[in-house]
Amino acid sequence: MAQTRTRKGKGGKAGSPKGGPFDVHGVSPELALELLREMLKYRRFEEKAEEAYAIGKIGGFCHLHIGQEGAAAGCIKPLSDSDYVITAYRDHTQAMAKGVSPNAVMAELFGRAEGVSGGKGGSMHMFDKSVRFMGGHGIVGGQVPLATGIAFRIKYHDENDVVVCFMGDAAVNQGGFHEALNMAAIWELPAIFVVENNRYGMGTAFRRVSLTDMVEKSSPYGIPASRVNGQDVLATYAHFRDLVAEVRGGGGPRFVDVETYRFRGHSMSDPVSGTYRSKEEVERETHEEDPIAILRDHLFAGGHLDQKGLEEMDTEARETAQEAFELADASPMPGPEALYAHVWAEINPNGRLCFDGRGESPWR
Amino acid sequence: MAVMTYREALNDALREEMQRDPDVFLMGEEVAQYDGAYKVSKGLLAEFGDRRVVDSPISELGFGGLCVGAAMAGLRPVVEFMTFNFAFLAIDQVINSAAKMLYMSDGQFPIPIVFRGPTGAALQLSAQHSQACETYYAHAPGVKLVTPATPADAKGLLKAAIRDNDPVAFMEGELLYNFKGEVPDDDDFVIPLGVAELKREGGDVSIITHGKMVHVALQAANKLAKDGIDADVLDLRSIRPLDVDAILRTVKKTNRAVYVEEGWAFVGVGAQIVATIQEEAFDHLDAPVVRVTQADVPMPYAKNLEIMAKPSADRVVDACNKVLYR
Repeated sequence: MAQTRTRKGKGGKAGSPKGGPFDVHGVSPELALELLREMLKYRRFEEKAEEAYAIGKIGGFCHLHIGQEGAAAGCIKPLSDSDYVITAYRDHTQAMAKGVSPNAVMAELFGRAEGVSGGKGGSMHMFDKSVRFMGGHGIVGGQVPLATGIAFRIKYHDENDVVVCFMGDAAVNQGGFHEALNMAAIWELPAIFVVENNRYGMGTAFRRVSLTDMVEKSSPYGIPASRVNGQDVLATYAHFRDLVAEVRGGGGPRFVDVETYRFRGHSMSDPVSGTYRSKEEVERETHEEDPIAILRDHLFAGGHLDQKGLEEMDTEARETAQEAFELADASPMPGPEALYAHVWAEINPNGRLCFDGRGESPWR
Repeated sequence: MAVMTYREALNDALREEMQRDPDVFLMGEEVAQYDGAYKVSKGLLAEFGDRRVVDSPISELGFGGLCVGAAMAGLRPVVEFMTFNFAFLAIDQVINSAAKMLYMSDGQFPIPIVFRGPTGAALQLSAQHSQACETYYAHAPGVKLVTPATPADAKGLLKAAIRDNDPVAFMEGELLYNFKGEVPDDDDFVIPLGVAELKREGGDVSIITHGKMVHVALQAANKLAKDGIDADVLDLRSIRPLDVDAILRTVKKTNRAVYVEEGWAFVGVGAQIVATIQEEAFDHLDAPVVRVTQADVPMPYAKNLEIMAKPSADRVVDACNKVLYR
């Protein structure tokens, strides 16, 4: 059975210039155009990754963000450079939104030396300390305590940054989520916990694994919660702009249910629709709730963008993705020395650390 | 030299390292207001305040992970697990986050963190509170494992562990907290990781061990001495890094070795030690290496059964006699 639900913002047809979405959300048309440009960049990047996966350039698990671009763009855009972002394994787009270059993300997907994690992390483990992108983490919910620790550091040093922690809807059933939210609350840590609620944890509908609504999940810990339509990037941006200001001002943690939809399978090895959601549901959401189309229509309606402008923007996004593909493909594999590099930050002068008979022993 | 308890030595190490580096903080259950479940953190709240000595909720996975995240962002956390029995709840964050973060991120995120607390049996605490947890942590590349047996080692090794830039599991002994010994007065007394200590010299047989079992091994060596057998007793002090040279030195001297550990035999620390000895000193062995471990059962409660389950000096003596073909 396809699930139906009401969304706060109506996408697609809204957008008369007067009192329209730009005014309502206090977002300038210039910023809206930038958000569109970024979402297009993410979309074309992920499509290129999909293509590369299909021809065997990318291995392992590969979780695409197609359909959820509004969450990455809208939640991360209001952050400053020194703020932190951490997420789960569907992390390509969040990494780019925080400032990692598409080339470094694609090279990582290809398992190449020029990847953002040196080719040793792969799709699920993008890390870039220089832009405070604190990783893609592969165990559901595992990043939530980590985010709380980053927020602990911010408060420990009386700093002014915030951490935004993304997770999927399934993560809220993990114990670590509850333990971490409780500690963030009692210590009033500057963290925003964001559920990218695409309604399904892999193939299990959220309503089948939770009697309570998503927005209630932080209430046991006294953390204020809110909900926003992640397919409406203007609403998402405006909501996070306000939240970030509250949290930066010492308001303590926040919890946000960002309603979104995944247009592809859970990972590249899964079908788009199937036993857990119908083809009709996916088609309806793809046609009616595409965050890129919704913003495009707003910009068209307001006269801020025409077809030609859109096509130019799209061409640019496709070129960025193509360039990332080509550079990744040309990037060397990690050298054999990378196998043993960075297991340890500190090789103690005494004693042996490696026991495989190759790394350090006389049998090397 | 000052004479102090193992507990006081740990407390000294924490205090000195917190004085030395403002990014070092302590978090765990009962560490602050209560002064520590085993009083290891006594007085630290008063000296350093509640920003740096933090009482956590009973949420091992949560505060274990929180501290890994704090380390990602540049702090140097010391996590106190009331015992390592409770740390099973947190082991996902130790193995999947702390141990792998540096590697997955291609060197971008070192995790300088210490997870400390008692391991092994105390007295009649039964199955869930009496287990030696070394193997679980020693198994994963990316985690160092330290097991001090004496007050001096407790202090010197904890200071080294806190200064180390990798995750360190630091396993203490509940029955050792009141154990007294001499500790150098030097504020900068640090024992480097990876250096085993020959606690007793003898030429007939090598008893190799770690942690609390050092004391059982020494008792056994004294019993053997009355019987004319002179044993080397080697305390590894850390399992990773492992002082393989010291192991090979004693084995090549005596040609006979016994490993004593509090944990279970199967895939235990001793299994690795035996593998290393046979790989690198096979020609020097006059007998197969024998292990003395906990019985391969969960720890029973009844006093007599508990005694039967634990390694004892008598069982170590028997093992030594076996490798000596006596």
